[in-house]
Amino acid sequence: MPATRPRARAVAAVAAAAALSLAAACTGSNDTGAANDDPDAEVTLTFWHGWSAPSEVEAIEANIDAFEKEFPHITVEAVKGVNDDKLNQGLRAGGDNAPDVVSSFTTDNVGRFCSSNVLADLGPFLDESGIDPAKTFPAPMLEYTRYEGKRCALPLLGDAYGLYYNKDAFAEAGIDAPPKTLSEFEEVAKKLTRPDGDGYEQLGFMPNYQGYETTVEHYGGQFGVTYFDDEGDSNAAADPRMTELFEWQKSMVEELGGFEKLRRYRNTFGDEWGPKHPFHTGQVAMQMDGEWRGKMAADAGVDFEIGAAPFPVPDDQADSYGKGYLSGTITGIAATSGKKNAAWELVKYLTTDTDAVVDFANAIHNVPSTLAALESPRLNDDPVYRTFVDIAQHPGSSHAPSSRNGGAFLLTLQDYGLKYESGEEDDLASLLEQADEQIDKDNAQAG
Amino acid sequence: MSAAVHTLGARRRRAALRTLGFLSPWLIGFSVFFAYPLGATVYFSFMKYDGFTDPVWVGLKNWRYVLFDYPFFWPALTNTLWLVAVMVTLRTVFGLGVGLLITRIKTGAGVFRTLFYLPFLAPPVAATMAFVFLMNPGTGPVNTILDRIGLGEPGWFNDAQWSKPALTVLALWCIGDLMVIFMASLLDVPKEQYEAAELDGAGAWARFRYVTLPNIRPVVLFAVVTGVIATMQYYTEPIVAAKVASGVIGGSGQHFEPGYPEKSTLTVPQSVYHLGFQRFDTGAACVVALVLFVLAMAFTYVLMRRGSGFLKEDD
Repeated sequence: MPATRPRARAVAAVAAAAALSLAAACTGSNDTGAANDDPDAEVTLTFWHGWSAPSEVEAIEANIDAFEKEFPHITVEAVKGVNDDKLNQGLRAGGDNAPDVVSSFTTDNVGRFCSSNVLADLGPFLDESGIDPAKTFPAPMLEYTRYEGKRCALPLLGDAYGLYYNKDAFAEAGIDAPPKTLSEFEEVAKKLTRPDGDGYEQLGFMPNYQGYETTVEHYGGQFGVTYFDDEGDSNAAADPRMTELFEWQKSMVEELGGFEKLRRYRNTFGDEWGPKHPFHTGQVAMQMDGEWRGKMAADAGVDFEIGAAPFPVPDDQADSYGKGYLSGTITGIAATSGKKNAAWELVKYLTTDTDAVVDFANAIHNVPSTLAALESPRLNDDPVYRTFVDIAQHPGSSHAPSSRNGGAFLLTLQDYGLKYESGEEDDLASLLEQADEQIDKDNAQAG
Repeated sequence: MSAAVHTLGARRRRAALRTLGFLSPWLIGFSVFFAYPLGATVYFSFMKYDGFTDPVWVGLKNWRYVLFDYPFFWPALTNTLWLVAVMVTLRTVFGLGVGLLITRIKTGAGVFRTLFYLPFLAPPVAATMAFVFLMNPGTGPVNTILDRIGLGEPGWFNDAQWSKPALTVLALWCIGDLMVIFMASLLDVPKEQYEAAELDGAGAWARFRYVTLPNIRPVVLFAVVTGVIATMQYYTEPIVAAKVASGVIGGSGQHFEPGYPEKSTLTVPQSVYHLGFQRFDTGAACVVALVLFVLAMAFTYVLMRRGSGFLKEDD
């Protein structure tokens, strides 16, 4: 028996070494090298995108058809309905079935995509094509498609956030115009609120962080919060705008009935993307939302007139009224693609061809993502939609900064915001310090 | 002499090779699907690895992050342990109760068997979505009925206090699997033992305590061990419930914080997915997976040790 022990140990060691070497061998690294494929060769590109509604898929397919007519040697195989989880796995796996061109609705993931080199650097392609990004795309969209100087994505339509309001409810409450400052907004929201026992006959506005688009970053666009200091550390506690945001949001919660009552009412809402959205049903008279809501509400057959305006700004920033939070869809080239030159032709067409951008924006009711398309006379002239085109062009409009850790810092702030609005924590300064600490720990882990 | 030894050695080698040949399907399966993944998980738990770039050794950094700094780990572990303690217990008791009930029904037993078994066949996603709609605190029929009979209106999947009980109700509805195995074991209890107990004056409880339970102990142990392992892997129902209840079911680009509301439905497997596939932090995800593995092993070991008395002597 003792004689067999060294042999058993040796076998175990060999097995462990084999397992470890197998593990090491299975970790692929991405090819981030330059494009060296023949741009005129007959190729088939695989394009993964997230659009899934029939009208959206039809619109992107129409754009692809137009591209294939212009570039007959390139065939595009589009794969619809790819969410970010699937996208991440496809980009990780690489190989013949992996996508050449991808698009994502999650602008917050650009930092991860760029820092991990999973998407190719588009800088050389832009230079070679003579495209100056600053003269082509709105500044905030340029910001959210790069990370630490590396441009690994381009905007493919955008989203602008503003205020939707029920014009009939406004008229009934004797309100003439949408509010421009947050103090006016609070007054209007209270006027529009009609309590009914433990609930509401109509709520002016759902300020709760779980009210779908009423998130820290969307509110943050109005306050001008900065999120990180020059060293890259979280500065929620040091930023007076963040404190103002949290305090204003909590005061709205208290003025409109308190956290518990609002939460109970929130539980009666239909889902955000369905016809029973609370703005459609009249449960709320105002809603912070993106440009898509107008079309969705109209499609749901609402029985009131829909109004849209920029979301109000803090009273001491009244001159910046008109701005809003911006995000959108991004697109890029998989670093593992062996057809980068052909892929660039598709990305360039989808993101910079004015007709393509305008047609696509009109078809899916998103905001165009080039300066030329935003000025195009062919753009949908629906006044509700145009409100969001104006927000997208406002110089004060912004997006939360890209982070190596994606949108984790925004979720953390939201999490702490929930503790504050619910009354679980009252010491805001301490709460924001805790949020900073958590965000820095998460970023250190991601770094 | 040496030729005889040589022949004996050759025969032993052939026998060993033959044994290995018969064992090879299992050995290959074990190596590929258990030993390698386990080795790789341990390896990656000490690496910074995002799936895109080469792994880099970081020592215990991932372990420290998960155990002390990752804000989802302890809520996920607490929720999982709550579900193991409450859901597994209630499912076992309820499954046994339904099994007892159905074995005693004289007429229409087939109908009841079918009725209790059918929910188990429902796809978990569809069943969960249906429950969230039925138990919607504002619009669902469950609260309408509860309100009418004066039992209050719980927040169910929208309330951190009620979300795990709501998941437990869903699990009890899908009791068909346990009902079947308990029924089979109950029908296997020798009738003469009941007759003898009755002759000795044993009542219903005494017959259950001293006749039924000893006979079905191995099945109870099986139900508990498999229930604990399945609950440790509980993923689909809580994440679907959280997404549907939060209303962000269709928003591809939205932030969805797993565990809605307030991390109350977050389970350990969700944390593995969150870290590994949403934060691209494979190393930290491996740490959580290893903690889950160790816990599942520990639970199983303790249950098997403590439950050895549950096994009949001839087992």
